Amino acid sequence: MSWTLTLPLVLPFLTAVAAFLLRANPAGRWVSVVGSALLLIAAGSLMLETLRAGVVVGQMGNWPAPFGITLVADLLSAIMVVITAITALAVSVYALADIDRRMEMLGYHALFNVLIAGVVGAFLTGDLFNLYVWFEVMLISSFGLLILGGRKEQIDGGIKYVTLNLVSTILFLSGIGLLYGMTGTLNLADLSLAVEEVENKGLLTVVAVMFMIAFGVKAALFPLFFWLPAAYHTPAFSVSAVFAGLLTKVGVYALIRMFTLVFDHDIGFTHEILLWVAALTMITGVLGAAAQSDFRKILSFHIVSQIGYMILGLALYTPLALVGAVFYLVHHIVVKANLFLIAGIAQRLTGSTELSRIGGLYKSAPLLAVLFLIPAFSLAGFPPLSGFWAKYVLVQATLEVEAWILAGVALAVGLLTIYSMTKIWAEAFWKKHPEGIDPTPDKLDGPTRAALLLPVGFLATLTIIIGFFPQPFVALAEASAAQLLDPTAYVTAVLGGSE
Amino acid sequence: MTNDEPSRRSGNGFAGVVPVLISGAIFVFFLTLVPQISAGDVLRWSYDWVPSLGIKLSFLVDGLSLTFSLLISGIGTLVLLYSNTYLAGHVQYARFALFLTSFMLAMLGLVLADNLIGLFVFWELTTITSYLLIGFGHETTKGRRSALQALFVTGAGALALLAGLILLGISAGTFEISEILAKGDEIRAHEMYLPILILLLAGAFTKSAQFPFHFWLPNAMAAPTPVSAFLHSATMVKAGVYLLARMHPAFSGTDVWLWTLTIFGAVTAVFASFLALRQTDLKQALAYTTLMALGTLTLFLGQTSSYAITAFVTFLIVHSLYKAALFLVVGCIDHATGTREAEILGGLGRVMPVTAIAAAIAALSMAGFPPFLGFIGKELKYAGALAVASEPVFVAGAVLLANALMLAVAGVVAFRPFWRKTDSELPRTPREAPWQMLAGPVLLAAAGAIFGINPDLLQVPLVNPTVATFLGDPTDAKELKLWAGVNLPLFLSIATFVLGLLIYVIHRPLRNLLIRADNAAPNFDRGWDAFLSGLKAFAWWQTKYLQSGVLRQYIFITFATVLVGLGGTMLVRGIGNVLPDLTGIALRNWAVVALITVGTLIAATTRSRIAAVAALGVVGIGVALIFIIFSAPDVAITQLLVETLIVVLVAVAMLRLPFLDAQGESDHRPWDAVLAIGVGGVVTLTLLAVLATPLDLRLTEYFEVTSWPEAFGRNIVNVILVDFRALDTFGEIAVVVIASLSAYALLRTTAKEKSE
Repeated sequence: MSWTLTLPLVLPFLTAVAAFLLRANPAGRWVSVVGSALLLIAAGSLMLETLRAGVVVGQMGNWPAPFGITLVADLLSAIMVVITAITALAVSVYALADIDRRMEMLGYHALFNVLIAGVVGAFLTGDLFNLYVWFEVMLISSFGLLILGGRKEQIDGGIKYVTLNLVSTILFLSGIGLLYGMTGTLNLADLSLAVEEVENKGLLTVVAVMFMIAFGVKAALFPLFFWLPAAYHTPAFSVSAVFAGLLTKVGVYALIRMFTLVFDHDIGFTHEILLWVAALTMITGVLGAAAQSDFRKILSFHIVSQIGYMILGLALYTPLALVGAVFYLVHHIVVKANLFLIAGIAQRLTGSTELSRIGGLYKSAPLLAVLFLIPAFSLAGFPPLSGFWAKYVLVQATLEVEAWILAGVALAVGLLTIYSMTKIWAEAFWKKHPEGIDPTPDKLDGPTRAALLLPVGFLATLTIIIGFFPQPFVALAEASAAQLLDPTAYVTAVLGGSE
Repeated sequence: MTNDEPSRRSGNGFAGVVPVLISGAIFVFFLTLVPQISAGDVLRWSYDWVPSLGIKLSFLVDGLSLTFSLLISGIGTLVLLYSNTYLAGHVQYARFALFLTSFMLAMLGLVLADNLIGLFVFWELTTITSYLLIGFGHETTKGRRSALQALFVTGAGALALLAGLILLGISAGTFEISEILAKGDEIRAHEMYLPILILLLAGAFTKSAQFPFHFWLPNAMAAPTPVSAFLHSATMVKAGVYLLARMHPAFSGTDVWLWTLTIFGAVTAVFASFLALRQTDLKQALAYTTLMALGTLTLFLGQTSSYAITAFVTFLIVHSLYKAALFLVVGCIDHATGTREAEILGGLGRVMPVTAIAAAIAALSMAGFPPFLGFIGKELKYAGALAVASEPVFVAGAVLLANALMLAVAGVVAFRPFWRKTDSELPRTPREAPWQMLAGPVLLAAAGAIFGINPDLLQVPLVNPTVATFLGDPTDAKELKLWAGVNLPLFLSIATFVLGLLIYVIHRPLRNLLIRADNAAPNFDRGWDAFLSGLKAFAWWQTKYLQSGVLRQYIFITFATVLVGLGGTMLVRGIGNVLPDLTGIALRNWAVVALITVGTLIAATTRSRIAAVAALGVVGIGVALIFIIFSAPDVAITQLLVETLIVVLVAVAMLRLPFLDAQGESDHRPWDAVLAIGVGGVVTLTLLAVLATPLDLRLTEYFEVTSWPEAFGRNIVNVILVDFRALDTFGEIAVVVIASLSAYALLRTTAKEKSE
């Protein structure tokens, strides 16, 4: 059994248990930080191992594939695990100052780490039903985090969140059953081969669409995204940040995985649907953001909009487009989590996230202003920040296949993103505070300031590094896209051991 | 009236001095390159930035980029020196200087870039820095609005530009500009020529504020005056013109190019000159004359004759020199008097003699009087206009009108405030500006005079190599001279003076006329507000419908998507004949089906919660019966247990829920029923189709074979749960634990709320 593969999954569970046992102890909150740091190390070594071997495979319980459960990391999985660990580390440092004593006592850190475990599990599993299990783990722990605190709006958002996600769960489970009925297997690599044997391709496409809808809810695609803007502005900022960074991206990951590895028999139909869904997701999301006047609500709708870009990359299904999708995933997680963290600091300093009621941050908190500008302009796709490269690759990919309308949509949505980001900037930062409050960070004590600003600075630095030195990241995305488009290595690595 | 808060402090220390030194050093560096470039050399430097995407960070110093670089760094140095005094002691000076210096570096990168994407990166960096600089007065609504408007308009153009650049790179097979320019014939003949051109022009015209995208530029004057002088007259707004100039060898020569640039340029130039005269705020007047200059430059780039190109190059330099000088002069006036209103100002000549002289020289150059460089520029413009093969009268007429208006505006801006007699009270008692603020206007005005008297200083070092970047040969450049003999351009010059002086004399009544006309005409600036509120209204409208906040609607749409998705796919792709063979099904099976159906119907139709829960329990028991019939007793037992527990727990919970009036729900119910039946139908069809395919039992067989000998368990289901698929079980245990933890947390918080 490969420890590099299982450690990223085991560590968050262990951290969760330790954090729960130590929840009454003020030192307990550091458990999350230490656990996340260890997770990052483990993820890093998995990344190195994957770079070396191409695909890392572990058969759980030593049962050969496809009979047991296989954990498997190709480059995409490894990238996602690393970025998950980075997000977890940043958010758990932030949580030191953000999460109050009461929420800690109620088990915040345990829920948080189980959520991370679920995310990592989803990225690492090579088994369709096991993926479902990790989805469940994520759903229940995220629901717990969402309602932790028990305010009315949290419960309201939480119920919408959990109801709509349960619809997705049912569809996912039904899809698994149907696909198993057609192929007799659950192992993804094995499925990739088995679906070729299926004679009723029309039926296979119907099942593919079922998965598309199930994951579409998770990824918050048009017209299935309602749960996201309903819920993301309600919980603690640490929680929104980790949700914004990771949750929908698991849905995107699942779509990418299934629609490259398993459902590639009718690209002219399935991926064409995805193409227009992507366009509509981009447009409705960004318009939704334009209609909002709350810091977090704007950001929430932008998640939807940007999921569209990633799906666009998958749907175009060219090597360059998939590079764009993978690059966009990484960029987006770093930037989006960071913006939610910043929203939390802004709220602390100014007293609200409602843009009409706050202001003055540019004058009083210049460092925060800089730290906001970096992810905000990156999100809007300004060069030379990470978002520019993400957008650039995707636009080039659309232009290469002469998809003029989609290129136009991708660019126009970029413009509206600029509009939303400058709205936040103009209202929260440039404008005077309407009540004359001076939102200086000096009113926070030193450790609080450090815990809040360090992760934000860390993620902003990452955004700048990706932006200024994009080559290694593009190259990695390229290698990953190549693996996705030609899954031979993946399939042989998983099944090869059994023969 | 102005955001600039002058102070009598002398500077800003470190943040004030360092940027001046940096930009000064850059200027000197580029000066040292002049001999080499004018000798015909081209310097190139390249770094593989993103080799995976073919993107290089490559820079090219040739005549065109060197001319621009000298203007940028030279004017930049003077502007930074000026700003340090102009904004002395301002609390945000450090960031101001940072933005301004960053802008300068970005602008240099833009004109030096030899890679399409590299160029775009710097292009957008100038957009961002410009946004931050226009928004320097960020606590005013006007400052924020102007900043957004500039960002949005130029940002929109930039996105078109990006598409154009990518298409150009794909079409030409390279992103290196110098390689693309070498393939001019290929590009002009390419099927994508027109789309690429349109996209590039969209970028260039928005950046260089050509009609009808001009409206953002006058608003950008919300920025402090040195910023206006630097970005919005001498450098950034010329980026669009620069792009056109850079692409000239590859794109010019076609009819589309010729007519688009000529018409847009001419319309912008004339339109802007009239509006310039309309203004009473000196800075606004100058802003419109900048539009006029940009229009004229665009107009000349439409041509390919050596006259037109020489005119372009010369006017580019002339304009930068006098316009920066005049902006800085207006800044001095504003700083000294506290106002920029033409109708208030007057008689400043005696108290501000140096400013007055610098203003006069710059204005004479602007008005095109000999012996200043402006005169040479104007003569060349006429010669260039007359060299237009197709429509010399149209072009020359437009240039004449614009020049005459320019002369009048020069008088309004640089003559009247100093020499007019007035009784108006000034907000402040004026005094001469300090030397740091005079250095800019004086040196820039002097340069215009020196180059005018001795045009050779400009001809060989800069004009010839710049013309060579267009036409390939430095000897193509026309000679710059004050006295070109008695010819048509000279007569046109004389006509300009006469007409211009006439307009100056009657400019006040004319202005009133223009104000009335302008107020009646459609206003682009108001159009912008309408656009924004329209956008907001549309966004709000669509969001109201999509994200209504009603869970019932969300669920409905989600299931409707399932129905349309699955049903549609079935119709389009077909799933074959799925009708099962219904003969030979045992009666007890029909009975179970009937039980489940009845349970479902009761659950769906009853108004009583308890009845609904009980009916659902019946459905569950029906399912358990199916498990029993198909010999899976352990699954059936689990199912029965779960169902019983659920019914009991939910029923108990419901006893404590308040009674809700279900009246409002009723009108949705028919639709809900249709949808439910539809979804149930398509899923059933899918299931039947799946059942019609042969089942592969590899896994089952493997489990049967290995369960006892290898996993040491006789109950296969148990072995699957705890061994073959133990990881699933582990995950589900985590789910249960977390669920109880969440429930506990929720109960604790709500209980606490109640007790409080």
